[in-house]
Amino acid sequence: MIEIKDLHAKVEGREILKGLNLSIQPGEVHAIMGPNGAGKSTLSAVLTGREGYEVTSGSVTFEGQDLLEMDVEDRARAGLLLGFQYPVEIPGVKNVYLLKAALNAKREAQGLPEIEAPEFMKLIREKIKFMKMDNSFLHRAVNEGFSGGEKKRNEILQMLVLEPKLALLDEIDSGLDIDAMKTVAEGVNSLRSQERSILMITHYQRLLDYIVPDVIHVLADGKIIKTGDKSLALELEEKGYDWLLEGVA
Amino acid sequence: MNQYAEAFEAFNRHAESGWLKSQRIAAFARFEHLGFPINGVEAWKYTNTKALAKRPFVLAEGYDLQAAQKLLNEAAVTLDSHQLVFVNGIFVPELSDLSSLPQALVVEPLSEALDKELELTCGMMGRLAGIDSDVFTALNFAFAGEGAVIRVGNNQVIDKPINLIHLSTASDQPQMSHPRILIAAGSSSQLQLVEQFVGDDEAVHFTNRVAEVVLERNAQLTHYLLETPGDQSWLIGRTQVEQQRDSRYGCHHMNLGGKLVRDDLVCDLNGKGASSHFSGLLFGRNKQHLDIHSLVHHNAPQTYSHENYKAILNDKAKGVFNGKVVVKKDSQQIQADQSNANLLLSDQAEIDTKPELEIYADDVKCSHGATTGQLDETALFYLKSRGLSDELARGLLTLAFANEVIDELKLAPLYKRVEESVAGHLPHQVDLEEL
Repeated sequence: MIEIKDLHAKVEGREILKGLNLSIQPGEVHAIMGPNGAGKSTLSAVLTGREGYEVTSGSVTFEGQDLLEMDVEDRARAGLLLGFQYPVEIPGVKNVYLLKAALNAKREAQGLPEIEAPEFMKLIREKIKFMKMDNSFLHRAVNEGFSGGEKKRNEILQMLVLEPKLALLDEIDSGLDIDAMKTVAEGVNSLRSQERSILMITHYQRLLDYIVPDVIHVLADGKIIKTGDKSLALELEEKGYDWLLEGVA
Repeated sequence: MNQYAEAFEAFNRHAESGWLKSQRIAAFARFEHLGFPINGVEAWKYTNTKALAKRPFVLAEGYDLQAAQKLLNEAAVTLDSHQLVFVNGIFVPELSDLSSLPQALVVEPLSEALDKELELTCGMMGRLAGIDSDVFTALNFAFAGEGAVIRVGNNQVIDKPINLIHLSTASDQPQMSHPRILIAAGSSSQLQLVEQFVGDDEAVHFTNRVAEVVLERNAQLTHYLLETPGDQSWLIGRTQVEQQRDSRYGCHHMNLGGKLVRDDLVCDLNGKGASSHFSGLLFGRNKQHLDIHSLVHHNAPQTYSHENYKAILNDKAKGVFNGKVVVKKDSQQIQADQSNANLLLSDQAEIDTKPELEIYADDVKCSHGATTGQLDETALFYLKSRGLSDELARGLLTLAFANEVIDELKLAPLYKRVEESVAGHLPHQVDLEEL
């Protein structure tokens, strides 16, 4: 699905990613954990094409394409979708409008016609219900005045509608109470399939109780320093990161 | 100036002697005395009329019906309405439609009103915007001969809007027109007026329009002003409104750009309970220059004014917002709110914004605020990260910025026209009724 090789990236002249390697196969759920400042946010920014991040060497291949050469919107259309840590409030743009425009952009890239209104409405109704959201939410502006939990649910709702090949979840658990976390986790788990991959970036082990990954990586100082199965998360919970970091330094 | 003197001489020569002829002569003298506001006129500090002053213009003598028809079809908003069409200042009966006028409503071209009801028409002319007003109003008066007269009887609620369409088409020599619009709305009447200035981009035209509006007690006028005079044309407009007790005036002013477009919007709130509501958009690109000067006089207690202008400027476009509120002594318990928000889409676009309050009463509620900014980059990234093209994302955010004022356009074809100008062609809106 995605192959990251020896990725180096700078932010404001400072090297943050220092030779990161990662490979995710279709159907796999990976989690990247790590202490603050390890480069977690930089990784998600580079993968989605955010401005201000300079890739100095290395490569990222997504479904056989050079991801780093693609525009932001083309990455999304090709099936890479980011769930934001801090979803942006966009006054004046309705949720329902964004959902439809995004879905049609993807369909256009696939050579499909615009979705018919009844079909779209049926799809939206179903997904909204699944995410335990109220219909009135569709009339509201994107994320405007949403609580932290509502914003995150909205991110997952977009995933359910857009069905990405690779869902990239950046600190999707931050700011959630336990009920909201369960709803978000249910949404994410419903995305799991043979063809779809999920990459979670998280600071806390807690999320991994609800969305159990196949592979866990520890990111520190711009590199993956350890890879293991789900038991690694428990070990980290118990011992923290220090025992791993000592080995690196 | 010479060219104006020549044009005026020819224009007024055939007029019958009488009040109007002598007023025109006085108005022209006033115009010559004042001259174009080139140096040191405070109200024109940010707007340069040098190029306009240098350009010779002539009055149109006829029109090309086909060209007018084409422009009307392609660029004007047509509605189920009582419609008057002018091309380069001349009334075009072939394109107008007054076939369903109700009895208590008079809508006619000014030339016809002057023929049929000279005294009544002259009585409406110049009382609010007379020869002692500013230079462009004086110039308009000197050439006053065409335009529109609208009179609504007491207690009449007029369902269909009135649609005044001023077209300017390309001509051998640059042309000018000086339409004057006279409106009298009887007590407790209700009326919607659409006024459009639509120019061919090839045309070099100078439109200098003056409107005088009188709203009797409890009358209500919703005025939609849509300005697209064309890339090479000047449009200068004055709207002068007098409001009696409990009357309501709403002006939805969409200035979508021309070479230079300047509006003066003035309301006199003369009776208790009268209110004015201005909401507007200045949308400029290239080297366009767009200027709105508004002035509200709170001449009576318990009067209300509300003003919300947005400017969206791209390329090297320049905008001017000047909103003034004057509260007379003893005009207690008034409320006046004003806000101006500006979106600059390029580094070279510019806005000069200046709210002014003059308050001579002590029990008043007044507020004003102005902000200027760029498109929110994080919002742009968010939309694009969902697969929306850069163009659509920018269009949506630009439209969102203007939403507050555009949403007030209650006539759907008008809304659509403005939306398309601002955001480009957007995919269909989702019909929320289906949910």
